[in-house]
Amino acid sequence: MKYTFPLAAVIALVLIAWIGSQIPGMQYLFGVALPYLAMALFVGGFCYRVIQWAKSPVPFRIPTTCGQGYSLPWIKRDKLEAPNNTSEVVARMFLEIFLFRSLWRNTKSEALSGPKITYESSRWLWLFSIIFHYSFLIIVLRHMRMFLEPVPFLVSALEYGDGIMQIGAPVMYMTDAAIILGLLLLFGRRLVNRQVRYISLANDYFPLYLIFSIALTGILMRFFLRDGIDVVAIKTLAVGLVTFQPTISGDIGSIFYIHLFLVCCLLAYFPFSKLMHLGGVFLSPTRNMANNSRMRRHINPWNDPKIKPHSYAGYEDDFRADMIEQGIPVEKELPTKADD
Amino acid sequence: MYDSGKIIAGLIIFVLFVTFPIWYNHGDAGAVPKVELPKDTKECVLPADQMRAEHMQLLNVWRDEVLRTADRSFNVKIGDKKYQMSLMNTCMQCHTSKKKFCDQCHDYTSVSPYCWDCHLAPVE
Repeated sequence: MKYTFPLAAVIALVLIAWIGSQIPGMQYLFGVALPYLAMALFVGGFCYRVIQWAKSPVPFRIPTTCGQGYSLPWIKRDKLEAPNNTSEVVARMFLEIFLFRSLWRNTKSEALSGPKITYESSRWLWLFSIIFHYSFLIIVLRHMRMFLEPVPFLVSALEYGDGIMQIGAPVMYMTDAAIILGLLLLFGRRLVNRQVRYISLANDYFPLYLIFSIALTGILMRFFLRDGIDVVAIKTLAVGLVTFQPTISGDIGSIFYIHLFLVCCLLAYFPFSKLMHLGGVFLSPTRNMANNSRMRRHINPWNDPKIKPHSYAGYEDDFRADMIEQGIPVEKELPTKADD
Repeated sequence: MYDSGKIIAGLIIFVLFVTFPIWYNHGDAGAVPKVELPKDTKECVLPADQMRAEHMQLLNVWRDEVLRTADRSFNVKIGDKKYQMSLMNTCMQCHTSKKKFCDQCHDYTSVSPYCWDCHLAPVE
C-alpha cells in the first residue's frame, strides 16, 4: 500500500495533465494559472513554515556534540564536532549544507560472526544524496535559460559543461542521467535496507515518484517525444510568466504540460512535506547552536519573571512547624519560646 | 519569534533567490526571435512544425548516416528537385544566413549546437 498508493497518485497527476491539456482553452489553466498558484503556495508556504519554526522557543543548548568540547587549555578540542562560537557553527553548517557531513559520518552496526558487534562506516546514503541533490541543483539552474532573457553567461556555461560529452542532438546532459540514477539508488535503498523499508511511509515514496516522473517527462520531452516541442514557444511562455505578461503561442505538446503540471505539484507540495528539509537544515537546533552552555547562561525564554527563585532554606522557613509535626528532619529547629 | 533578525534576513534572501527571474527581466520579456525565411522556396524537407521541433535530430541522423555509409541520398523531392543529406548543400542552400536563421532561435534559447565545430559557418 505504501508503495502503490503514491505511485497511483503520481499516475493520476500525469493523466490529469495529459487529458486536461488537450481540452481547448485549458492550456491557460495548466500553463499560466497553475504555475502562478504553485509558486505562490511554494513561497508563501515556505515562509509560513520557517516563521512557525522560528516561533518555537529552543530554551536549551541542544547541539549534538560528537567530539571533545572546549575544556582546559591543554585538552585538544574538536572545533567542528563541538563548536563553541558562531564562526565554528558557520563552518559546521557550511559542511552540513554543502557536503552533507552528517550523512558522511554514518556507521552501520553488524554482528557478523558471533557475539561481537562491529561498527563500519556506511556512506551509501551520502553518495546517493550527493548524486541526487547536486544533479537536481544543476538541472534547476540550467532551466533558468528558459526564464532569463538574455541568458546570463553562468547559465550557458553550466549548460555547456553539462552537455560537454556532445552525445546526440539535442545534446545529452550528464545530470539527466545522474538524477535518474540517484533517484533509483535512493528508492532502492528504501527497498533493500529492511530497517529503512520498515520506517518508510507513503510520504517518503511520493516525492521520489514525483521527482522521478518530472525527470522522466523532461527527458522524454527533450529526446523522444519532440512532437510539438517548440522551444521558442516554451521560452516565450516561461519569460512571459516571470514578466507577468504570459502568452501561449503555438500548439505545445502534451508532454510539456505534463512536465509543467508535475513541477507545479512539487512546488505546491513542497512546503507541507518532508521536502522542507531545504529550509529545515538551516533551522536545526542540534546543528546551528554553539555548545557554550558552560560559558554563557541561557535563560529559558518562557520563564515567568514574576516567579522568583525559592530556595530550600526559604521553603523550610515556610513549612517548619508542619515539618516538625510530621517528623520530617529540619536543618533549623523552631525558635524556643521565651516563656517555656 | 526568536532570532528574528537572522531568520527574516535568511527568508528575504530565499525569496529574492527564487524570484530572481522577475528581478532579472524587470518586466521586459525581450523580443521573440524572427527568422528570415527563404524568399524563393516555400517548402522544406519536412513540414514546418516538424522541422521546428525535430531538425536537430534529423541533422544528427544525417551526420551519422553520411559519416558511416558515405551515402548522401535522402530522396526527398520538392518540386522537381531532389535533396540529399547535407547541411551545407541542402539546408544552407535556402537558409543562406546562419546569423539571420539559425542563430535567431539558438541565441534566444541558449542553444549552442556543435555543427560549427567542424563545418565552416558562412562568412557574413
